[in-house]
Formats: sequence, C-alpha cells, structure tokens
Amino acid sequence: MRVHAKRAGVLLGGLMAPALSTADWTLNMSPGVTGTSNDIFSLHMTILWICVVIGAGVFGVMFWSIFAHRKSSGRKPANFHENTLVEILWTIIPLVILVVMAIPATATLVDMYDTSEADVDIKVTGYQWRWKYDYIDDDFGYFSNISTSDDEIYNRTDKSENYLLDVDNPMVVPVGAKVRLLVTANDVIHSWWVPAFGVKKDAIPGFVNETWTRVDEPGIYRGQCTELCGVKHGFMPVVVKAVPQDEYDDWVAEQKEAAQRERELTEKDWTLEELMVRGEKAYASACAACHQADGSGAPPAFPALKGSQIALEDMDAHLDVVVNGVSGTAMQAFGGQLSEVDLAAVITYERNAWGNDTGEMVTPKEVFEYKNQE
Amino acid sequence: MSAVADTHAQDDHHHGPAKGITRWLLTTNHKDIGSMYLIFSFTMFLLGGAMAMVIRAELFQPGLQIVEPEFFNQMTTMHGLIMVFGAVMPAFVGLANWMIPLMVGAPDMALPRMNNWSFWLLPCAFLILVSTLFMQGGAPNFGWTFYAPLSTTYGPPSTTFFIFAVHIMGVSSIMGAINVIATILNMRAPGMTLMKMPLFVWTWLITAFLLIAVMPVLAGVVTMMLMDINFGTSFFDASGGGDPVLFQHVFWFFGHPEVYIMILPAFGAVSHIIPAFSRKPLFGYASMVYAVGAIALLSFVVWAHHMFTVGIPIAGQLFFMYATMLIAVPTGVKVFNWVATMFRGSLTFEAPMLFAVAFVILFTIGGFSGLMLAIAPADFQYHDTYFVVAHFHYVLVPGAIFGIFASAYFWLPKWTGHMYDETLAKTHFWLSFVGMNLAFFPMHFLGLAGMPRRIPDYALQFADFNMVSSIGAFMFGATQILFLVIVVKCVRGGEKAPANPWDGAEGLEWTVPSPAPYHTFSTPPEVK
Repeated sequence: MRVHAKRAGVLLGGLMAPALSTADWTLNMSPGVTGTSNDIFSLHMTILWICVVIGAGVFGVMFWSIFAHRKSSGRKPANFHENTLVEILWTIIPLVILVVMAIPATATLVDMYDTSEADVDIKVTGYQWRWKYDYIDDDFGYFSNISTSDDEIYNRTDKSENYLLDVDNPMVVPVGAKVRLLVTANDVIHSWWVPAFGVKKDAIPGFVNETWTRVDEPGIYRGQCTELCGVKHGFMPVVVKAVPQDEYDDWVAEQKEAAQRERELTEKDWTLEELMVRGEKAYASACAACHQADGSGAPPAFPALKGSQIALEDMDAHLDVVVNGVSGTAMQAFGGQLSEVDLAAVITYERNAWGNDTGEMVTPKEVFEYKNQE
Repeated sequence: MSAVADTHAQDDHHHGPAKGITRWLLTTNHKDIGSMYLIFSFTMFLLGGAMAMVIRAELFQPGLQIVEPEFFNQMTTMHGLIMVFGAVMPAFVGLANWMIPLMVGAPDMALPRMNNWSFWLLPCAFLILVSTLFMQGGAPNFGWTFYAPLSTTYGPPSTTFFIFAVHIMGVSSIMGAINVIATILNMRAPGMTLMKMPLFVWTWLITAFLLIAVMPVLAGVVTMMLMDINFGTSFFDASGGGDPVLFQHVFWFFGHPEVYIMILPAFGAVSHIIPAFSRKPLFGYASMVYAVGAIALLSFVVWAHHMFTVGIPIAGQLFFMYATMLIAVPTGVKVFNWVATMFRGSLTFEAPMLFAVAFVILFTIGGFSGLMLAIAPADFQYHDTYFVVAHFHYVLVPGAIFGIFASAYFWLPKWTGHMYDETLAKTHFWLSFVGMNLAFFPMHFLGLAGMPRRIPDYALQFADFNMVSSIGAFMFGATQILFLVIVVKCVRGGEKAPANPWDGAEGLEWTVPSPAPYHTFSTPPEVK
C-alpha cells in the first residue's frame, strides 16, 4: 500500500509531499496512557482476535468449497439441506463466546462509571466551536480555541506538525490524580474525546454528564470534537496537558491570581483605545468564528456586523443582543461567557472597527450595571 | 356483476401496456411499477454517489481545497439521506414489486392503484429534498441523523422542506409495505403455505412489518422538529424545558430497525442466488426464517447502542450492550447456513453468484466490526470515528448494494428476455469489489487511529489512508456507469433467455416465459 500511495503521489506531481513527510500508516488503536484506555485496548484486541478466528473458520470452509466444489472440476452436488445437531451447535457456541466476552466488558464499564472520590473537578462546556474549562474547586475558567491559522487550512502556508490539533489554552491536569469531568454544552451537542485517555463523552445542552480519568504519564494529549456540531465541527480540537502535581499547583495559583486581576479590571477607567485593543482580541476568540474577522459574517445564518444597524445605532439593543443572545438563532448569550471587561471591549470594538466608526464606547461598569438592572 | 365481468372480458383483447407517457403515469402493473422503482433508485444512487465523490475529493488531501465546510456538511447529509431513502429502500421495493407476485403466483400486487401512488410520491419527495440545495442557506447540513438541536434551533431555513420530504417518503414506504403484506398474506398460490414461501418473500414480509412499525416513529420525530422550528414548542430545546437526548431515543427507535429494513431483503435474495449457483437446496430453510424473525424482533430493543456516549445510566448501557451482542447469534446462523449451502455443492460463478459470495464475506466483515462496536466500553473509542463509517459502509455497500446487484443480474433475463453480457458484468463485479475494499477498508485504520467522522479536513497523520480511500472511492464510483451500460445493452438485445436461464434456480418465477409477459398467473398455479 505504501508503494501504491507513493506512486499516486508522484502521479499528482508531488502535491502530497508535505503531507507524506509527517503522515503514518497506523493500523490499530493505541493503548493510551490511562487505566481505562488500557482496559479498552485489551477488550478491543480480545474481540478483534475472536472475530479473526471465527472469520478464518467460516471463510476457510467457504474458500475450500469455492476451490474444491466447482462444477468445472466435475463435482456432482450433494443434496443435504438440514442437520439439527450442527444447527444447534452453531447457535450455542457463539452464544457462549458472547457471554465470555460480556464479562470483562461489564467490569470495565462499571469501572468507567465510578466517578466517586475525585481529586480535581473540571467542568467542560462545548460551545460552537471551542471548549471552556472551568476549574470549579478553584473558581477560574477559560476558553480553549483552535490555534491553527486559516492560512494553513487554505494551503497558503505549510501545515504545522499539530495541524488542526493545537489550541491557545489547553486543559491542564495533574498526573496521577483522579480528575472528574462534568461535561455539558451551551448550544448544540458536542462530544469531548481524548483517545489516549479512553474518554469520550457527549456534551449536551441541559445535561451534565460525568466521567473521569487518571493520567499516568506527563505529556500533551490531543483529541477532537466527535459529534457533528455545525460548520466548524472539524476545527474544535481538545488538548490536555498532564503535568506533575507541584507544577499543577503553581499553575492553579497563577490562574487564580489572573482571574482576580481580571475581576478588578471592571473597576478601572477605560479609554476607547484600550477597549479597542482588548476588544480585537476578545472578538477574535469569541465572535470571529461566525461573524468573521472582518465583520462580514456569513449571511443568512450569521449576519454581517460591518455597517449593521445593531452595531451603528441604539447601544441598549446592541448590549441586549450580545449579553442575552437572540433566541431561536445561533446567536448565543455571551453575558455568562465573557467578563464585563470583555463584553465592553467587544461591543466597543464592533461599534468602531471596519469603518463602523461611531466613536461610541461602553465601559465595563456600564455593562455590569446593565446586567444587574435586569 | 355480469356487466363488470363482460367489460373485463372484452378488455382482454387489447390488454397490453398503454402507449406513451400515460403507460408510466397511470400504470397499475406491478412489473411497470417495479421497473420505475428500480430506475428511480439507480438515478438516486448515481446522484448520491456523485455527492460521495465530492466528499472523497475534498478528503483526498489535508487542508480545504474544493469545497467549504458548510457545503461539505450538506454533501454528507444529502449523500446519506439520498442513499438510504432514495437508492437502497426504493431498490428493494422495486425488486418486491417485480418478484413477489411472480414468486407467490399472484397476477399483481394486492393494491395496484395504491402501488402507483406510492411510487409517484417518491420523485416528488426527492424533488423537494434536492431543491433544498438551491435554497438560501443551503440544504440540510446536520448529518443524515439530523440530531436536534443542530437541526432545529440551529438548522438552515430549508429544514422545513426536508421535513416535508421525509413525511412524503414515509407515506410512500408505509403504503408500499401495506401492499407487500396484503399481497403475501392474501394472494399466494393454492398450496403455498407460509413455510413453503420463497425466502425473498419471507424477508420482505418481515421487512414490511418493520416499515409499518417504525416509519410512523420517524414521522413523529420530524413532526416534533417541525413544531419546534415553526410553532414555538420545545420538545428538543433544553432552554425551553425540552430534551435533546429524547430526539436520539426516538430517532434510533426508528433508525435501528431501518438498518435491517435495508438488509433483510438482501438476505432473502442471496438465499435464492447461492443455492441456484451451488446447485443444491438452501441449507436450513426453517432456521433462516426464524433467524430473520429473531433479528427483526431484536432490532427493536437495541437502539441505544448508537448512544453509548450520551450518558445513559449503567443499567441501560449494559442492557443495550447484551441485546446488541445477541444479534450476532441469528446473524451468525444465516452466514453459517449460506456457507453450508455452498459446501459440497457444484459451484459456478456467474455475476449474481460473484456478488452473492462477496456479499456473504464482506457483510460478515461488517458484522464483525458491528460486534466490536457492541462492546460498550470499546465503543467509547470507536463511536463517531471513521471506524463506524467503515462499519456501516461494509454492511450497506457490499451488503445492501451488492445484494441488489446480485438480484439484478439474477433476474435481468426474466425482466428483459435477454442474457446480460457476462464479461462486462464480471468486470463490473471485480472493479466494484476492489474499489469498494480500497475505499472502505482503510477507514477502519483511520477510525482506530482517532479520526472523527463528518470532518471536512483532518490532521496530518491521517493523510495517507485518506488518499488511498479516495482513490478506491473514485474507482468504485466510476465503475457504476458500467452497470448502466450493461443494463441498457441487456434491455435492447442480446442472447435470448430461456424461461429458466440458471441450472439450479427454483421457484414459480422461472415457470413463466422470459421476458415475463405483461400479465402473469391470471390463473393461479398449483404448489405442491
């Protein structure tokens, strides 16, 4: 097969050269780095070998008939068409094999469902099209967006090693600790999967699913959303960084401090320029996936913001759309997703970028008051 | 009473097919309607196949080259819907129309006018469905399983048209199923008891009951979507107190029996073809019938195996895992019986037999991966990856579609009165066989290596196998044009076919001349 693909590559004028250099021919599942993933791997191998053995038997008899019982070799057909004993045997034997197989499968499943006595709790929320990780014991959380550039996706530049599997802020977990994941979604159904952990759980709006993992080896582990969730379903990777406990503790302390600083920013007096700078970043992370970096949107599902009525006229209407979303459409309520500072920055940015130039701004304090007057 | 009989007697003198377009629009003849179903199905097969070619072309290399993700999602959705509802199901209804009356010795289907209507609804439904591609916001883009709320709150405006199309298809299928049941239960030739019925008739009888049981469930779930989208209800909207998981339960209560609807008639057809070319009676007729019955019953209690990752309680998880594994037993019985039929036969390998043997081998491979998927803990790794795509394409392409090709070649001489071109047909088989395996086998590897399904672009480690798979898919797709050539050639002429062109074939359909006259079995034959 390798030769085959190489030939095809040559035929295509070496179009594939960049891809082939990093690609591989993995045939099987990998055992992974958790107890669960190892259990799954051994179940997988057991059932695979059972299938191979049964297949070899059945196809063996069939191929024997195909080669030996041909009309062209002068065979006269036999006339048997029943044999009760044989028929009972080939009903009972598969049944026994299945029972034998069901026992370890049941044990693994029971273990996978035991989410008790976790050391760390992380809430995983799926959004179109990014993940949010909330460390609920430590009161901080953040979004995790794909960091592969459009230039790579549209073949304008070479693809990096972790093409489509890189994010700005990975989830961080301590090695050796039992991490409980509370998985939910904000809009449509997503599914959070890290193959190396053997963990896949659907993230469903209105439900909180529980699962857990204990990572044995430090490292960076990658996966993807596995439930079709809209246009960018293929572009919402999962990246988890497993670090030693002390490194994890330092990281948590840092995050808590940063969260505190963020909260204090609401009280600060902001200028238009400062909000624009912050707004550009917040817009890129929260809004650009649908409304596009240049505000042109993708009508009719995602309206343009450039020159739009909402962004140019009444400020309260603009606040309402961003904070509360628009029910019945894909526009989410960002009030609970973004800090007051980011809300203020995004709205200010949208009113002044791409030639919208209203010169108007809204401060984090005003956003705070708007949210609390409701 | 006598007046009616007289008129009819007079009609008999010029009772051939009508001329021109009215023959096809107004026909109540099971053979004409069967042919129209088959032609419609093949048209849809080419259309759905063209969409698959778009998908495979985009996946030929990493990166986005040919289509945008939005259009890619429309292609995967429409490919699935068209193949399931437009290609596979109508093909089997077409075979049923042609063959069931001939096999049970009946002059026509029991309800001929309804038969006409149930066919003509289909082109209307698909016209609506395909027209969504040209609507603002594009065609449905949420996968053929249309999970809410992606298909409701977040669906494109064309979703309502999609719902209407599904309703019409459902009406058509239900009427077709009623017709099959009425024909089989009421119009069998004297002496043909239930346990003497040909297996194709048996499998279709059971399929028709499945259709009547689950098509209304599909209609129900799309109606709930319709209400959510247009009338402000919240069946599936969590923010209104609804339940997105409810959608999946209802959908798969339809969806799982649906996959058996697409395979059981193929089981039946293959159970005629293998004995015919082995020149030996089918091994274990009775256990074949019971196995199909068991599969049909079990198909109602396994739906949640499509939902192992949605977070159902462990007791439910275990129940659905055990029930699903149990399906392997009757399915195994069928495979063993087919092999035992071939064993010590006197085998020849004309095109129908080649397709039938490939059916048994490759469907079994699809069954093995199905058994692997049934193991709930392992399913957490397989679910929604290319392993699943490989699995269901192995049961549907060499399963349902090879079953249909095998049937078509087996009965073409009866339909047209000519033998098809055996060399071309064998070429069609071998190219399809190689192309199909090249396209779908590497998908197992991709899934196990971690490639999710329904993505327009993929990480670099998946590049090689995707390219192989695309090459196989192009090969398989291009080969199907050959089938069109073979059939057209066979309709237009060729070696005259005798009433029974196959040494070992048995059944009433081979007692009438080839081509089968416009009206057959005006007096019922006697079955001993």
